[in-house]
Amino acid sequence: MFDYGYYLRKEKFPHIWCAGCGDGTVLKAMLRAIHNLQLSKDEVVVVSGIGCSSRTPGYVDFNTLHTTHGRALTFATGIKLSKPHLKVIVVSGDGDGTAIGGNHFIHAARRNIDITMILYNNYIYGMTGGQASPTTPLGAFASTAPYGSIESNFNVSRLAEAAGATFVARGTAYHAAQLDRLIEKGIRNKGFSLIEVIVQCPTAFGRRNRYRNTLDMLHWQKEHAVPVQVAAKMSPEEMNGKFTTGVLVDKSRPEFTDLYEQLIDRVRTPR
Amino acid sequence: MFVQGNHACVLGALRAGCRFFAGYPITPSSEIMEILASELPKIGGKFIQMEDEIAAMGAVIGASLTGLKAMTATSGPGFSLKQENIGYAAMAEIPCVVVNVQRGGPSTGLPTQSSQADVQQARWGTHGDHEIIVLAPSTIPEIYTTTIWAFNYAERFRTPVILLLDEIIGHMREMLKIPPDDEIELWDRPRPECEPGDYRPYQMVDTDIPPMADFGSGYRYHVTGLCHDETGFPTNDPQIIDRVMRRLTRKISRYRDQIYRSRESNLEGSEIVLFSYGSTARAAKQAMDLLRREKLNVGLFRPVTIWPFPEEQVRKIARASRHIIVCEANMGQIVREVERISCSQTNVHLVNSMNGEPVTPSQIMEQVKEVY
Repeated sequence: MFDYGYYLRKEKFPHIWCAGCGDGTVLKAMLRAIHNLQLSKDEVVVVSGIGCSSRTPGYVDFNTLHTTHGRALTFATGIKLSKPHLKVIVVSGDGDGTAIGGNHFIHAARRNIDITMILYNNYIYGMTGGQASPTTPLGAFASTAPYGSIESNFNVSRLAEAAGATFVARGTAYHAAQLDRLIEKGIRNKGFSLIEVIVQCPTAFGRRNRYRNTLDMLHWQKEHAVPVQVAAKMSPEEMNGKFTTGVLVDKSRPEFTDLYEQLIDRVRTPR
Repeated sequence: MFVQGNHACVLGALRAGCRFFAGYPITPSSEIMEILASELPKIGGKFIQMEDEIAAMGAVIGASLTGLKAMTATSGPGFSLKQENIGYAAMAEIPCVVVNVQRGGPSTGLPTQSSQADVQQARWGTHGDHEIIVLAPSTIPEIYTTTIWAFNYAERFRTPVILLLDEIIGHMREMLKIPPDDEIELWDRPRPECEPGDYRPYQMVDTDIPPMADFGSGYRYHVTGLCHDETGFPTNDPQIIDRVMRRLTRKISRYRDQIYRSRESNLEGSEIVLFSYGSTARAAKQAMDLLRREKLNVGLFRPVTIWPFPEEQVRKIARASRHIIVCEANMGQIVREVERISCSQTNVHLVNSMNGEPVTPSQIMEQVKEVY
């Protein structure tokens, strides 16, 4: 039995998440990944912005930083560039990471800075009460989309890929057993890694969108997730409304802090 | 050496131990970023041009958390964008230096012309109650030393420090004689000596400034912009919040005397005192010199520390003078503070300019002669 307690700040429980929320599932997967990589607690930094997912750092026993809304990647960039040996993990949500923080998201990917971003995608602003986010599906209901959203949604993983992320993976809270392996690979990648995790928000999203309960939402994840290898053999019609899971991008490109160290060597060594 | 004000700021920062800079291009501060892009890698320091002003402020705070002395530089619109994260640094007590080379505003305003219209924003730009230290040098040698003091204060008091330059002194060139080592004091942030297990990052200590551990140094702790207790974790307990907020104010206010920096000339026996700062103080100095040649008794008080405001000094001047003439390049921002503190004990006047042109010595002399 995995000892989560070793990595948790148990005195900070109970957590603030609602019953049925998927965020705790991602937190546990992150801890298993860190354990599998045998990282010391002192070398791990977990940075977040604002939102439900961004409360994760408070519960885990690392160097933890809860920053301003959307800006986690900027603080994380300062930390990583200053001390490249630290393992920097950013936890964020769909609103925090791709709306107010969207600019930082694409630029961290472009720089290929060695930060692992775990983006909890629940299709909604949970903490502020269910407003529409950039990933709220077209037609879905939110407190600010009472007649159904008329905006198209971001495909977060493809956005990261297009911006230059060298590792991109998608998982779900339902497929919890796969999640730690995806996060582990993300941390292992020397460069910017995104792990998008589809999580259920029964309180703010499910309630408004005709899911009877958490189980309903987990079933939805199970039925709509298609492993990327399987999806490759399916027609666009068959994939309609579904999403791919697993490792979507895994490639190599020079990493920012490595390039910076090389730059230091170059300007210090007279030619 | 003959250098530009922005260059002197860089030299002061490097002398103070600045090893991290994040910025975003903006006129008239860009030279600071450009020179540091070239100089920091040579000494193993870190430089990054971020995707926007907000990101630059965030990166500076992140770097400071790992123990590096860190700075950013900007101007008007960029200063507005940085305000939320400046408040974060105040709340979480992260040392950092923010240079604002002022230009005309509001909005895009006058990108290439000078102004001192951010002096109240520097005090109250971010939301919520907070103390802040704001410094405004007047000469190129003073930019060098004041930049060092900006780092010293940021580190010692665990606070953001705003260094207010303006387009005139940022781009002007003067002789700078680099002071020898024994004339330079360098301060560092207090760091913990206790066992990591006993460390409380926001502990109530006698000095009101709790030691700060570097991220990754074995002291694992939590930092948040939420109201927090001594352990750094969020709290809604009114008693704890009261204690922390009062400490945050007290940790600056009780050290006012160490933070005040000012220059005085001919205050003794002068019934008319000019009050000016930054580039405008240069015109005030010139006006005073010319007026004194005409045997008019005029003095000059020139605060370098603008915030906390030099209340005691102004009170003293108000009691001893007939007129205080505030000279500043805005619609009248610091004059309000002078009026408030002097409590009608003297006559307070404003000589100003807000159209991109500097306040001139003749403008000031005219006002002096009118009231003399």
